Amino acid sequence: MPQYKLNINGKSRQVDVAEDTPLLWVLRDHLQMCGTKFGCGIGQCGACTVHLNGSAVRSCSMPISSVKNRSITTIEGLSENGDHPLQVAWDEVDVAQCGYCQAGQMMTAAAFLKRTPKPTQEQVENAMNANICRCGAYHRIREAVLEASKKM
Amino acid sequence: MSKTTENTRRKFLRNISLAGGGLMLGFKWDSAHAEMPAIFNAADPVIVPTFNSYLTIATDGTVNIFSPNPELGQNIMTSFAQIVAEELDADWTKVRVTQAPLDTKSFDRQLTGGSGAIPHSWMRLRKAGASARWLLLQAGAKQWNVSADECTADNGFIIHKPSGKKLGYGELATAASGFELPQEVPLKDRNDFKLIGKPIKNVKSKDIITGKPIYGLDFHREGMVIAMVQRPPAFGTKIKSINDAAVKASPGILDVVKFQENVAIVGKTTWEIMKAKKLLEVEYEKAGNIESTADHDALFTSLMDGEKVTVQRKDGDVEMAFKNAAKIIKSEYQSPFLPHNPLEPMNFFAHVHSDGVELVGPTQTPQAARQAVAKLLNIPQEKITVDITRLGGGFGRRLKFDYVVEAAELSSIIKKPVKVIWSREDDMMGGSYRPSVRYRFEAALDASGNMIGYKLRGVGVNAGNSTRPDTFPSGAVDNLLIETADHISPITTGAWRAPTTNFLAYAEQSFLDEVAEASGKDPLQFRLQLLDKARKGLVGKKNYDIERTETVIRMVAEKAGWGKKKGVHQGFSVYFSHNSYVAQVAEVILKDGKPQVKKIYAVSDCGQVINSSGALQQVMGGIVDGLGHAMYGKLSFVGGKAEQNNFNTYRLIRMKEIPEIDASFVDNGKDPTGLGEPALPPTGGAVANAIYKATGKRLMKQPFIEEPLFADA
Repeated sequence: MPQYKLNINGKSRQVDVAEDTPLLWVLRDHLQMCGTKFGCGIGQCGACTVHLNGSAVRSCSMPISSVKNRSITTIEGLSENGDHPLQVAWDEVDVAQCGYCQAGQMMTAAAFLKRTPKPTQEQVENAMNANICRCGAYHRIREAVLEASKKM
Repeated sequence: MSKTTENTRRKFLRNISLAGGGLMLGFKWDSAHAEMPAIFNAADPVIVPTFNSYLTIATDGTVNIFSPNPELGQNIMTSFAQIVAEELDADWTKVRVTQAPLDTKSFDRQLTGGSGAIPHSWMRLRKAGASARWLLLQAGAKQWNVSADECTADNGFIIHKPSGKKLGYGELATAASGFELPQEVPLKDRNDFKLIGKPIKNVKSKDIITGKPIYGLDFHREGMVIAMVQRPPAFGTKIKSINDAAVKASPGILDVVKFQENVAIVGKTTWEIMKAKKLLEVEYEKAGNIESTADHDALFTSLMDGEKVTVQRKDGDVEMAFKNAAKIIKSEYQSPFLPHNPLEPMNFFAHVHSDGVELVGPTQTPQAARQAVAKLLNIPQEKITVDITRLGGGFGRRLKFDYVVEAAELSSIIKKPVKVIWSREDDMMGGSYRPSVRYRFEAALDASGNMIGYKLRGVGVNAGNSTRPDTFPSGAVDNLLIETADHISPITTGAWRAPTTNFLAYAEQSFLDEVAEASGKDPLQFRLQLLDKARKGLVGKKNYDIERTETVIRMVAEKAGWGKKKGVHQGFSVYFSHNSYVAQVAEVILKDGKPQVKKIYAVSDCGQVINSSGALQQVMGGIVDGLGHAMYGKLSFVGGKAEQNNFNTYRLIRMKEIPEIDASFVDNGKDPTGLGEPALPPTGGAVANAIYKATGKRLMKQPFIEEPLFADA
């Protein structure tokens, strides 16, 4: 099997996997990094969202061979101490219900805020519409993203 | 006791770090003293394992509270701990909350369902906290050689009021366990609550936002294998033949195992298994009825007019009332099947070994799961441990334990620890659905517009009793008949958040609006008049409180400015479920000719609110869930097979589709009732009634999105 050298959260990792293995399963099964979630497997729910060179991608639909030398950021690496403005806002707004989708929500939001540091509510809704929250915590997700934008 | 169980319990005790002593307070739910906590000495190895639920106070002052019920987002770990810590007067910053594993010797009703955990445990948890507080007070008083009456507890300290001396709970914990508890310990007056009713943040927030591996799917054990299972894709079929040659030749595949009607592919990694599964060839043959949604439509029609019904309730002379009626209103409402779709797909870890069984994963009903595994494998329950992980949603799906039993059976066959993982498609096609039902309502009005007769017939597919015979308007109508008929189908169903009422409430509240209109009354006044009639001359039984229902109606009318607003169309709904009362007003506008839900007001009476932040989450989430599924939810069948199997074909509500929500609570100090479900049922009705006001079109079927109203011009 081919070997892949990956840069994940600033650290160099190496895996031996088939080239079509989705980044999601490389993270979860091979590297035991389980913060990135499996929800639908077809890029519809956003639970598996990670960053490649700072852009949000669906890791369930991203073959490891196409990652190349782009740097990967997962929820575990969003901040060193869990104090990224989004994480702080998420905690303050008390967003999570079951919490399962939240890593993906925050990763989508983090990439979005980098592009759009001072978003309107409508811009937040357009960006976050890609992520499903089955518990329906959308009001607080929206509030937390707007809150975080003020902290950044 | 088996070695496994003992080991688990030892580990359990180690985790709560009692090194150096401390106070352990156990309370047996299932004994004669069910509500009276008893004190055990933590150092005593004989007594320790008999604990049920307990709180511990370590000598460093750390208070650990065990939460027995599975956590799926209802925030029970926070609410339970708040109640104990309140009566304990604990320092909240020193409270740690731990999920307890299944322990039927220690806990009663260790399940998540029916919005029942808080009402069930409210007094027990308060007494647990209050008892520990009482003991700490005695310990403090003894230390200072003063009367306990001169002492008080505050924020983790016992304080001697006259002298101002204070000692921390940690310092007193060991001594406190030396006192005997009286029969009754005083509980706080609610006016003194400092934690209960406050917006306390989720105790597991940090784990969630930093991506800690806390869910079942994240569970990993050295040496375990992974498996995915091919189940019959169509209900009513069984395996005829299997060709697994290509699967077995695939990289990373360890085994292919047939059991029951399942073919399990066992391997090293999820992706290798997913790929190999595509190569599996299974031929299926007919084993029962093969049904389609079109068949169910025809079946409902025949059940609706058929003679085979179960009478659920009968008051007065319904036939006469309808014969004498000046006006009769009749309508039918129909729902599709719905999958639950918790975002974390089904999964469970099972290890069947020579000493017993270890089960780890997300379940709403650990006890029933263990019973089923014990029965299937013929292993005593005492030899089966169940660790409960956090659940990535439940919605009733994880009240079924099919996926737990399946994992255990597979482990017993392959003789390895195994984690069985379902894909989204597996779950959506896997046979746990809100049943499809049709309701026919009929109302008889006299010449003055009074409802003198009411009939409801509910027919469904594996729906059981699809009605709630003693809820409103039962009790308020002299002549009333409620009947059901059920079709037994291979398409299996299950409890879906707010079972039955998740659709019944919409249908009934829509129909009552139709009746109000026919009688020339305001929909809200119409309901208030019926409640008044029930108060003055109750007919038969009722399970709801008239005044509490009236209160939420009046409050939501006030909040929403019912009937006073211009430019928006309002719809009203009120429903009683899980012993709570929720009234809602939905506001709809027309945008490019299409209805759009802009705002929903909700007033809830769930008695004492435990956590005002968590309570808002449950109400807002329930409304979003209710609206989303009323608007978009649909699972249909062709040839026994679900037509939708993932989020590209099954639509869930998203952020751009949510209305503004104004949620508030009645503050009446009554004992708490359910809240995980009650806010969901009223939403569909309020929205449908508002859409009717806006467009003149009454929505009789879900999902609403299929109505021409919503079609692009």
